[in-house]
Amino acid sequence: MLRKYIDKLKPKFEKGGKFEILHSTFEAFESFLFVPDTVTRRGTHIRDAVDMKRTMSVVIMATIPALLFGMWNTGYQQAESIGITRTLMENFWFGFLRVFPIIVVSYAVGLGIEFGVAQVRGHEVNEGFLVSGMLIPLVLPPDIPLWMVAVATAFSVVFAKEIFGGTGMNIWNPALIARAFLFFSYPSEISGDKVWVSGIREEGVQLAEAFSGATPLAVASATAGEDATRVTIDRLYEQLPSLGDLFFGTIPGCIGETSTLAILLGAALLLLTGVASWRIMLSVFAGGAAMGLLFNLWGANTYMELPFYYHFVMGGFAFGAVFMATDPVSAAHTGTGKFIYGFLTGLFAVLIRVLNPAYPEGMMLAILLMNTFAPLIDHYVVEANIRRRLKRLTAVKA
Amino acid sequence: MSKVIKIQKGLNIKLKGKAEKILVKAGTSDRYAVKPADFPGLTPKMLVKEGDTVKAGTALFTDKNRPEVRFASPVGGTVEAVVRGEKRRILEVVVQPGEKTFEDFSSLKPSDNDKEQITGYLLAGGVWPFIRQRPYAVIANPQDTPKDIFISCFDTAPLAPDYDYIFQDVDPYFQAGIDALAQLTSGKVHLCVHSDYPPATTFTKAKNAEIHVFSGPHPSGNVGVQIHHINPVNKGETVWYVNPQDVSVIGRLMNKGVYDVSKTIVLSGSEVNTPRYYKVTGGCRLTSFADNIKAGNNRYISGNVLTGTQTAKDGYLGFYDHQLTVIPEGNRYEMFGWALPGFGKYSAGRTFFSWLTPNREYALDTNLHGGPRSMVVTGQYEKVFPMDIYPEHLLKAIMAGDIEKMENLGIYEVAEEDFALCEFVCTSKTEVQAIVRDGINMMIKEMS
Repeated sequence: MLRKYIDKLKPKFEKGGKFEILHSTFEAFESFLFVPDTVTRRGTHIRDAVDMKRTMSVVIMATIPALLFGMWNTGYQQAESIGITRTLMENFWFGFLRVFPIIVVSYAVGLGIEFGVAQVRGHEVNEGFLVSGMLIPLVLPPDIPLWMVAVATAFSVVFAKEIFGGTGMNIWNPALIARAFLFFSYPSEISGDKVWVSGIREEGVQLAEAFSGATPLAVASATAGEDATRVTIDRLYEQLPSLGDLFFGTIPGCIGETSTLAILLGAALLLLTGVASWRIMLSVFAGGAAMGLLFNLWGANTYMELPFYYHFVMGGFAFGAVFMATDPVSAAHTGTGKFIYGFLTGLFAVLIRVLNPAYPEGMMLAILLMNTFAPLIDHYVVEANIRRRLKRLTAVKA
Repeated sequence: MSKVIKIQKGLNIKLKGKAEKILVKAGTSDRYAVKPADFPGLTPKMLVKEGDTVKAGTALFTDKNRPEVRFASPVGGTVEAVVRGEKRRILEVVVQPGEKTFEDFSSLKPSDNDKEQITGYLLAGGVWPFIRQRPYAVIANPQDTPKDIFISCFDTAPLAPDYDYIFQDVDPYFQAGIDALAQLTSGKVHLCVHSDYPPATTFTKAKNAEIHVFSGPHPSGNVGVQIHHINPVNKGETVWYVNPQDVSVIGRLMNKGVYDVSKTIVLSGSEVNTPRYYKVTGGCRLTSFADNIKAGNNRYISGNVLTGTQTAKDGYLGFYDHQLTVIPEGNRYEMFGWALPGFGKYSAGRTFFSWLTPNREYALDTNLHGGPRSMVVTGQYEKVFPMDIYPEHLLKAIMAGDIEKMENLGIYEVAEEDFALCEFVCTSKTEVQAIVRDGINMMIKEMS
């Protein structure tokens, strides 16, 4: 039925048709509805059933637990801030109304540009942005103005992706570029104590007693100084939410990053399907742990004394390790390179957090930094391979 | 026996239509053909014209750049047609079989002759094209002295023929072929067998050669993989390789003085009624198997589903092929195909639920299952590429046309068949094998 209708429409969009100019758009919708009837022409006669849509949809599915939890938590934090209690569904609905528009804006702006560019270039629309478009809202605070989401998304799609040649050619993770753009352009909207909980900046809001709205990272990084006001580690434990709250995610923060548990559910799906690299995920955590332990030994201030696993459950460390660092395009491509890349990402994230109080969230910068160096890491891994293979020759001659 | 060389990376694709080990005689083939396209890089120069009478072994055409390399008629009869395509490129030389006559090349004893004499004899007898070389996977250059000669005595490709079955009775011509080849190399003749099956005594009893045992999935049967693990090709080196049945063809020439390309092939695939082994003569026509092939919209492949050549329903068996595969065409739409759970969809990864049933056999069709995209997923090729080479980086060097990098990254060791599994698993539907052949052609041009 539907197929017949599409077949009827199709000639209009093909070369010489009335709507030829919308060819890419038509193709994108058609292949969304139907896997195309294209057959192999040369090379292998059979092909694996997997395609880009499948792979990308697995990643989107993996973000669902973090997204749903993030919606609920947005409502929950707001309720906490004004000292009321709501039901689970009420909290979720409150959060849904805050978060859903951000997702819509992110997709509308990003896909709009992608479709347009595909049209101009005569390409098929790439599925890459379906994931980026979901990741961008998840790393933003719930009250971010929508026009900022639009500007940041447009900036990242154009300047982090399309100018490099589109999906597969970009150097940096587009979703993180969007966040970094906002972080440096509008710091007041994405850092400090007042942005992480929905509604607390509105005029006339009566905050509940002892509610600060600060993220655990901000609390912890306040103890990084070496001056006389140094608090003891026990005092820091009192100020921080419990380890359980940190893990389950009932804390202020970006929409998708707070619940380590929800993120781990996504991670399980990504690893089970083999879509994301276990090498990167594992080594990011290993790198973070190594740096955390090193700081424990150093112990120059209270933040350094904090056990390493706190870093995993605070801020965007887990989210970054699972969804951002594993982006195959901007990460290292070689197997060995992935270990090095991941390890250094984790290491730098903790390093930046602890040593640079101006950037309480080191994960974003660490990943972008390692994105930059990933090709260099690969270069040396490949060079090692070349040398090993050349040695073979000299060994034969000797 | 020597130690087992374990191949860890790779993939065995389980397809429906595996042939039972029953040998039957094929129906008579009404035409035979030799196709210049089977030889990458060849520019043919015709020696016969339509209407000429030929014997089995009469040269039909030669290599324009190397006229001593001759391509012989598989049977005696009349040259019926020289089929040309675009730009008058010769597609096939068709021979209508007639009287069973053979050119007489008079036998030759390998041990009494040196390399030059044997080479000249093999060239004259038309069997030289069976000997191929790495680098480049093209017909061997008669002027070279290869450091080793490799014979892969097992094929791990989907539905491939079982050489241990084909050679179950000791084949004296195989030994004769080995003896001739051993004279051509400064090194050894290497035979490779697989540890999963008891190798045929033709192989184990072979003298003048060294046996290597491999284990593990496809592409462990690819000669390129075996060379890489036994004695890899470095820059400036050459190795040769021959298919075991073609070794017997060489042996028959040595012993009997005739060009006799009779061989056993396997007819397999989900669209074959009863998949079987057939005794045929090289270059035979697919119509001789028509009664065993299901009607319908089929893809006819000379060779296996990964590296074979698509042929017409009434096309011909390829020069190097020992297998015919028939699978359904996949030109159909599938609604939301990418979103369904996919219990019955074969994938090397685990994004479809079919990974829960690893032993299931599939009747795969030729659908591409998606649209071509730029390369995004990494680490996928490496899982099915058992060489110490970075496939993704080599491919990108080829796409960039960077000769030095291609050289450093291993272009000399690979052929398109070694990348066939990379192409199969590729999420972005990249035509990997075509890229590799482009790279090899670039190298040949650069080096000449």
